[in-house]
Amino acid sequence: MSYCRQEGKDRIIFVTKEDHETPSNAELIADDPNDPYEEQGLILPNGDINWNCPCLGGMASGPCGSQFKEAFSCFHYSKEEVKGSECIDYFRNMQECMQRYPELYPQEEDKDSSTQAESDTGSASAAPTEGSALSPETDATPSTSDVSSDSVSPTDSQTAS
Amino acid sequence: IVVRPWSSFGWMTNMQDYVLTVPLFPAFAYCLSLLCFRLLWRFLMHTPALESTPASPKVPSHTPYLLIGGGTASFAAARSIRARDPGAKVLIVTDEPDLPYMRPPLSKELWFSDDPSVTETLRFKQWNGKERSIYFQPPSFYINPEDLDSAENGGVAVLTGKKVIHMDVRGNKVKLDDNTEISYDKCLIATGGVPRNLQAIERAGEEVMKRTTLFRKIEDFKSLEKVSRNIKSITIIGGGFLGSELACALGRRSTDSGLEVIQMYPEKGNMGKVLPEYLSNWTTEKVKKEGVKIISEALVKSVTCKDDKLEIQLKDGRLVKTDHIVAAVGLEPNVDLAKSAGLEVDSDFGGYRVNAELQARSNIWVAGDAACFYDIRLGRRRVEHHDHAVVSGRLAGENMTGASKPYWHQSMFWSDLGPDVGYEAIGIVDSSLPTVGVFAKATAKDTPKAATEKSGTGIRSESETEDTAVSPVASSTPTPAVEQHKDNYGKGVIFYLRDKVVVGIILWNVFNRMPIARKIIKDGEEHADLNEVAKLFNIHED
Repeated sequence: MSYCRQEGKDRIIFVTKEDHETPSNAELIADDPNDPYEEQGLILPNGDINWNCPCLGGMASGPCGSQFKEAFSCFHYSKEEVKGSECIDYFRNMQECMQRYPELYPQEEDKDSSTQAESDTGSASAAPTEGSALSPETDATPSTSDVSSDSVSPTDSQTAS
Repeated sequence: IVVRPWSSFGWMTNMQDYVLTVPLFPAFAYCLSLLCFRLLWRFLMHTPALESTPASPKVPSHTPYLLIGGGTASFAAARSIRARDPGAKVLIVTDEPDLPYMRPPLSKELWFSDDPSVTETLRFKQWNGKERSIYFQPPSFYINPEDLDSAENGGVAVLTGKKVIHMDVRGNKVKLDDNTEISYDKCLIATGGVPRNLQAIERAGEEVMKRTTLFRKIEDFKSLEKVSRNIKSITIIGGGFLGSELACALGRRSTDSGLEVIQMYPEKGNMGKVLPEYLSNWTTEKVKKEGVKIISEALVKSVTCKDDKLEIQLKDGRLVKTDHIVAAVGLEPNVDLAKSAGLEVDSDFGGYRVNAELQARSNIWVAGDAACFYDIRLGRRRVEHHDHAVVSGRLAGENMTGASKPYWHQSMFWSDLGPDVGYEAIGIVDSSLPTVGVFAKATAKDTPKAATEKSGTGIRSESETEDTAVSPVASSTPTPAVEQHKDNYGKGVIFYLRDKVVVGIILWNVFNRMPIARKIIKDGEEHADLNEVAKLFNIHED
């Protein structure tokens, strides 16, 4: 049973696990996903890329930001069968730029990332699906992706949003 | 100790290194879906901390974006501007010798480092075990100020060791302390603040002043770290965040070094202006466990230096002898430019007065510690926390590039005081407000939980449930001995109310629930039963 105490203006309640088992009847206001004041995810409601998405870290703002934006824009809007296949030059520019800043974009890969790269190459044909999966996937609004996702392992945070 | 992300926006935050591994092209093309970003960012490589760049000889005479101040808010704004304005040229001017860095580790993580060269490297371990520098980015991220104008794709340049001393709003230009003038299109003032001092110390003279640290910057951390190893007794004056964190950090060291660590403040307990009395008292007991000698309800009358020792005379007659003082008694927001710029200064909170969109005048925005802004939900306020600097800096950058958005995403803050006390908070957390605290009752079935860094709940001492014997609770009604077991404020959630609406929330030793807390504040609703609201936090889960 819960136990309650008042100390002047401060109320103190102790509750057991059982006390809190019944669902809460507290009402929260439904959120408007298109609220312009709210932080947006990677893809804006109008389909544009949100370059200031926290999910991009500093990719769009660093020394290779312009190259990154060109490459990713091309990829994002690509309608080719193999998505992004016409964007090779942009990617090359970006890669060249990144190679000039090894401190910011290390070239070496640890074993995990190389495993990932292999599986990615294998499923390149799944790219279109990935592209369309972007929208719900990238709804990385702070309500889901803030302090909460920091405490889970990185894999969890990918699926959490 | 729980260590948290550097921004409430997400684990891939503004402030994390965006270092990316670059696989071969076809995989790379595929990888440019967000899923890939996430998989790749998993392997964030840290970047080495490097020396700050020397001040550049040539200063641009004009910059489209001028950011005055080189701290967290400025850096966040620079990032925002660069993301939104392709090829933007951003000039940061700072009077410090250092490139932008994050401040929280200076009073937390850096002190817990095992590395003896930490004062040089300024690197620390994050919650996920990865090391990083306190600098947001290494020097290679930035371009030289003299190259800013001609940079094809723009960039961020930092002019260090230069102070803006005059602002001409009508002429859209500023003057530096070397008389150089820089004109701008858009300007951000993010000048932060300067630590306050006690009058008693200021008028005490040179011998006292040179044994006193006003803690704020990297150089203060370095000098205090050095001093603390060579003295026998140190006294921290101030019972708020900074004072308590430093006291705990030094207290932890004291077990090895035999350093006497004293903390004194006017309130009854640590965080007395933030936590309700019962919790402040409980916290004070925890701080004592960290090896700190607490002198509460202490008002400093005078300080003198006698035979190489400091003597602190308190108003109630007590005398404290110590070797060194750290004054952590608040921050004075830096509004030096208000006069020349003709900008309004807020008389209640200090700082530059700006609107809900952080704008002071056309083309001038203010963010971070120096901004007194209108919060649509919570009213006019000024916030001195790291995440607020990130949030407001980012917002200012958005508005400087045409966004017109008000302050809406509520920033949060956190503190850790020893292994038993870690909390995150959001909104207005003022102990003078009525509060409702809902705590998980310890039952016979509870077992101590092991620390798990992987789950992100950080390092938690095994002794979390051991302290039921401690009875720090100050209560006007006598509590029977058996109820002491119940008064273990191990974990819970505390609501701060203003006119029956929750305006602030503290998550006490419960983590990963900030989104719910943010939502409740955003809604701004009256809730009849806060215990029902507390259920949303699942405080009994880990």
